[in-house]
Amino acid sequence: MSTLAARTAPAGSPAAPPRRRPKPRGRFTGWLFVGPFVVVLVLMLIVPIGYALWLSLFRDQLVGGNQFVWFANYLQLFQDSQFWSGFGRVVVFLVIQVPIMLGLALVAALTLDSARLWGTSFFRIAVFLPYAVPGVVAALIWGFIYGNQFGLTGAANDALGIDLLQPFSPTWVLTSIGNVVTWEFLGYNMLIFYAALRTVPGELYEAAELDGAGPLRTVFSIKLPALRGPMVIATIFSIIGSFQLFNEPNLLKTLAPNVIGSSFTPNMYAYSLSFSGQQFNYSATVAIVMGVITAVIAYVVQVRGTRQENR
Amino acid sequence: MSTLQHPATGPAGPATVTEATTTLRNGRRGAGRASRKADQPVDGRKPKRSGLLTAVMIVFVVYSFAPLFYLLVNSTKTQSSLLSTFGLWFGGDFNLWQNIVDTVTYNDGIFLQWFGNTLLYVVVGAGGATLLATVAGYGMAKFAFPGRRAVFAIVLGAIAVPGTALAVPTFLLFSQVGLTNTPWAIILPSLISPFGMYLVWTYAVDAIPSELLEAARMDGAGEFRIFFTIALRLLAPGVVTVLLFAVVATWNNYFLPLIMLSDPKWYPLTVGLNQWNAQATGSGAQPIYNLVVTGSLLTIIPIVVAFLFLQRFWQSGLAAGSVKA
Repeated sequence: MSTLAARTAPAGSPAAPPRRRPKPRGRFTGWLFVGPFVVVLVLMLIVPIGYALWLSLFRDQLVGGNQFVWFANYLQLFQDSQFWSGFGRVVVFLVIQVPIMLGLALVAALTLDSARLWGTSFFRIAVFLPYAVPGVVAALIWGFIYGNQFGLTGAANDALGIDLLQPFSPTWVLTSIGNVVTWEFLGYNMLIFYAALRTVPGELYEAAELDGAGPLRTVFSIKLPALRGPMVIATIFSIIGSFQLFNEPNLLKTLAPNVIGSSFTPNMYAYSLSFSGQQFNYSATVAIVMGVITAVIAYVVQVRGTRQENR
Repeated sequence: MSTLQHPATGPAGPATVTEATTTLRNGRRGAGRASRKADQPVDGRKPKRSGLLTAVMIVFVVYSFAPLFYLLVNSTKTQSSLLSTFGLWFGGDFNLWQNIVDTVTYNDGIFLQWFGNTLLYVVVGAGGATLLATVAGYGMAKFAFPGRRAVFAIVLGAIAVPGTALAVPTFLLFSQVGLTNTPWAIILPSLISPFGMYLVWTYAVDAIPSELLEAARMDGAGEFRIFFTIALRLLAPGVVTVLLFAVVATWNNYFLPLIMLSDPKWYPLTVGLNQWNAQATGSGAQPIYNLVVTGSLLTIIPIVVAFLFLQRFWQSGLAAGSVKA
């Protein structure tokens, strides 16, 4: 993240502190403002992570009670097929859902920015609105729609006379979840892209027009390059979201208990280890491994995205 | 608007805020760079409106609205007509008011209790997070102090740590110190907003001219007085953005309360609604789908209204923040 900030930030912004600063009264005056935030951050972020790391090195054993076991939990996790099947599932989800969602968001943002619509601001708000809907409510509504009791798929299947739509079958359940997530975050990503497009300086378009570039050429030569930075950010947030997938499958589980198991995603696995299995040490291990994997992949995406931009 | 508006923006009013944003944007882009407004073409000519592009956006809007429409339609149905009538249109008796009454009175008004809990978590959690982030962002932007680079590093690292990944470790810690199943278990973790702090920080660098602070210091104003009377007002669009995102995050919080709370009397709406939903299956099933649907509708109305009323503020804040962040 730091290279990204350093690249985009003009002088005076966080990554590059300006050389001239106002002279406050004391050297430590700034801490009066920053101190409370840092204290809470340490207590709510660093202490829990440290505690989880500590827990992950122990194990409750029938013989000998709570024992220090070094990295035995990690070794067990690397051979745990339940964990890896959940992990594989979120990777598949990530590889398919994120490009579709970001692609649609991109189309929507470019369409909004074309200035050739009736009612641009209405569209902007309308598509963004699902972001304000709680993930739980989104999953509930879509769950009802998917359901064949009083949902739409039931009605559609009845009309067709065959069971064509089966949102909760093992083949389709991941797509069903992907649709809910796409619905929730499409508008949010659209707004991020749109905000970036609005800051493209006007002369660039004027120059392009003088050079005889058409609308499509303008999109590919000016707009898309301007979106690389926000695209990297959106991708990173989406990767984090996919790896942490929990709410939607956990809620749809009520409707499809045989298809969505308790280790459907790594986060659901960590949850069930803690609350059904009381295996807190192992659960902490899952949380830490997923955190590390997420951070590493987010970092790689960021470095790659930045490098491409510098080419 | 007035009730939702941040107190500090009150006297300044929207006009001042808009001015501040405009100056900020023009200043950032430098001389000669025109700032475009929505709907305003680059070269002053109006490009031809396109039916095709409008149709594309209409498809997006239909997708976005369909589930909300479904929710609205079905909140007017009784439990039995929910099951017997077509989902995307009204059917049976118009039962919306009775559903609302049933929702808020079911189980001795537990829904209102959940609503109150959610409000508590939002006001204290999201409000506290915004306050901490604003004060700290200002401090980072306008003061040099020892350890500033270390704070910068921690904040950037913290942004990369997803909230849900923290939930299980925080639960393990809280159960050790006996904080689980109390409101604090939800409020305390909600207080951190590293991204919000970063947003205010980037915003404050340009929005608050250092000369202004210098002048106030010359006049003998204390640092906190300067912050509350001058800085906060200039920061308003950034602060509203951070506040709205913190409110959405807290209002929609599900994983954390799910693992922290075992007593329904502390549940927020999200966990409560899911409990109602789960009640329909399993042994001794008591389906109350009409209440789940109506409760969902009542849950999203306040947050949607807040978004619509405050959109001018958060959109300018988001524009400033997202481009750099």
